[in-house]
Amino acid sequence: MSRIKELFSKKASRVLNVYCTAGYPQLESTLTIMRALQSAGADIIELGMPYSDPLADGPVIQASGLHALENGMTIAVLFEQLRNFRSSFTPSVQGTPLEGDAGGDEAISIPVILMGYMNPVLQYGFEKFCADAAAVGIDGLILPDLPQHEFETEYGAIIKEYGLDFIFLVTPETSDARIKELDALSSGFLYAVSSSSTTGKDKDFGAVEAYLQKLQGLHLTNPVLVGFGIKDKQTFDAACRHANGAIIGTAYIKALEGAEDIKVATKAFLNGIV
Amino acid sequence: MINTTVSLNRGTYKQPNIFGYYGNYGGAYIPEMLHRNVEELKARYLEIMYEPAFQQEFQDLLRDYVGRPTPLFYAKRLSEQYKTRIYLKREDLNHTGAHKINNAIGQVLLAQRLGKKRIIAETGAGQHGVATATVCALMGLECIVYMGIKDIERQAPNVARMKMLGATVVPAESGSQTLKDATNEAIRDWINNPENTHYIIGSVVGPHPYPDMVARFQSVISEETRKQLKEHTGSELPDYVMACVGGGSNAAGAFYHFLDELSVKLVAVEAAGHGVNSGMSAATTQLGKPGVLHGSKSLVMQTADGQVVEPHSISAGLDYPGIGPLHAHLFESGRGIFLSATDDEALEAAFELSKLEGIIPALETSHALAALKQMTFKPTDTVVICLSGRGDKDLATYMKSI
Repeated sequence: MSRIKELFSKKASRVLNVYCTAGYPQLESTLTIMRALQSAGADIIELGMPYSDPLADGPVIQASGLHALENGMTIAVLFEQLRNFRSSFTPSVQGTPLEGDAGGDEAISIPVILMGYMNPVLQYGFEKFCADAAAVGIDGLILPDLPQHEFETEYGAIIKEYGLDFIFLVTPETSDARIKELDALSSGFLYAVSSSSTTGKDKDFGAVEAYLQKLQGLHLTNPVLVGFGIKDKQTFDAACRHANGAIIGTAYIKALEGAEDIKVATKAFLNGIV
Repeated sequence: MINTTVSLNRGTYKQPNIFGYYGNYGGAYIPEMLHRNVEELKARYLEIMYEPAFQQEFQDLLRDYVGRPTPLFYAKRLSEQYKTRIYLKREDLNHTGAHKINNAIGQVLLAQRLGKKRIIAETGAGQHGVATATVCALMGLECIVYMGIKDIERQAPNVARMKMLGATVVPAESGSQTLKDATNEAIRDWINNPENTHYIIGSVVGPHPYPDMVARFQSVISEETRKQLKEHTGSELPDYVMACVGGGSNAAGAFYHFLDELSVKLVAVEAAGHGVNSGMSAATTQLGKPGVLHGSKSLVMQTADGQVVEPHSISAGLDYPGIGPLHAHLFESGRGIFLSATDDEALEAAFELSKLEGIIPALETSHALAALKQMTFKPTDTVVICLSGRGDKDLATYMKSI
């Protein structure tokens, strides 16, 4: 059973998935943030791989990505950072223990998903990417600009071969028939975009509820997590009324901006929500 | 009929397969938020474009508003200079001063039939922005144009034109602050306004069906060229068609009705900037690798890690790190000849044409003219150059060289 499936078999409601950008705010923050999220009660970590042209993202996540790129983050660097994140040994890079908070912490046992865009993944090599992701202990992928046709004819088989879950997005504009198709192609969970927007936009959440109720009525095979516009307890609670949980991204990135202590800021942020 | 095979047969130059591929390039790599709009376009563009009523309105506007057909001019003194026969397809004489208006009119008419009231566009040199703002003014539609801050600075006359035409010009502040980033911002706007908005992409880039749709709207260039050449020379077919390529819309239009005529050599000229290997260039076929940018798979200038790089060209309209998938396919299959011209070579060519023919070309177009020096023609060859735009907008740059 995949780690994501196992999570949902134990916890079917109020599942909290938190997005963070790998290499932000510092290049070496990645593991510190992941550990902080786990100990503060996140159920899933969605780790963003920064890209120069992130079409689906709003200004906050975009800026965090550019910051991470300036810090030197690449897919290769990320896999190096993630090499030992499933074990409780002191993580190290080529034999040198990581400095500061990154060293000597507990292993990360919650599901971790990589989110990113096709171009950097294609340059890394799609199959090599899947192989390396699976090898370090990644559970699933979100690639918003990988289309259904190309997934079905080319990339889906490779993703499955390495035992990774793949999560498609659906929006209020997606037809019922297409929602069912994308649900059938997804594994782990289905990502319900709350409204037609880039990340980090404030929208009236009332209108979202009708859409989520509709999704409930479709009897989908995957659990549903709601993303885009989830930023606090109120919106998280609203999303959880009609879905298995929700994804928070922009609001957490904002909470990390200028935070003096990542652990403290993360704990404070999550305490306000769950 | 639509060809559904991904093959290198001749048909695919003019017609991508149903998933939008020309050979290995194209497709629709878009987030789900854009799916419904792009799918609606894909399902309806051909049907709408070839409705008799649509064609009537489109052709009438091209004739009475744009001023088509544009002349095919035998450039006698330029021909003497290069010891061959050179014809200039005068897209610079279109209303608004470039070929961009062909596509803007087509897409605005299409948007009206899709019930869209709000038009967004990206622009580099500002020609596509001006063309779109112009047609929106004509049709009474709201128009928002995204433009990189750097381009706003270097193409000030076009920014003023767009504002005078009633458009809102939104500066794109992210990334390299040029055409690439203006395109990102326009796509984000469309994601946030899916109901009432149509996005008019100005080049043969973007997700399927944009490359095919824009190529078809621009194909009027080569349709007229064939007829006019027949009158001039007795043959519809030239030996060469030359055009500059950034995203590649004027080249796609100038090549379109010659794509399947294998005797016609198609020459695409990219912007080499300070030189192809200078690190300050926009020659995508020389420097790019296969990748995904702005919704399609094509050649993309990028780092080893797959981050899209900032290109450089003196010409804002060619300052783009990608190229349309049709052109990537023409390059890879060998059907097209891809050359490049530097900033300085383009400037020199602009002054040469001005002095020899009394025509001040746009900086973009000047790259195509500059490539004449790299070609070896026979005296009997017929060479058509797409004179894609006029140089008024570039006077500030030209004056620095006087």
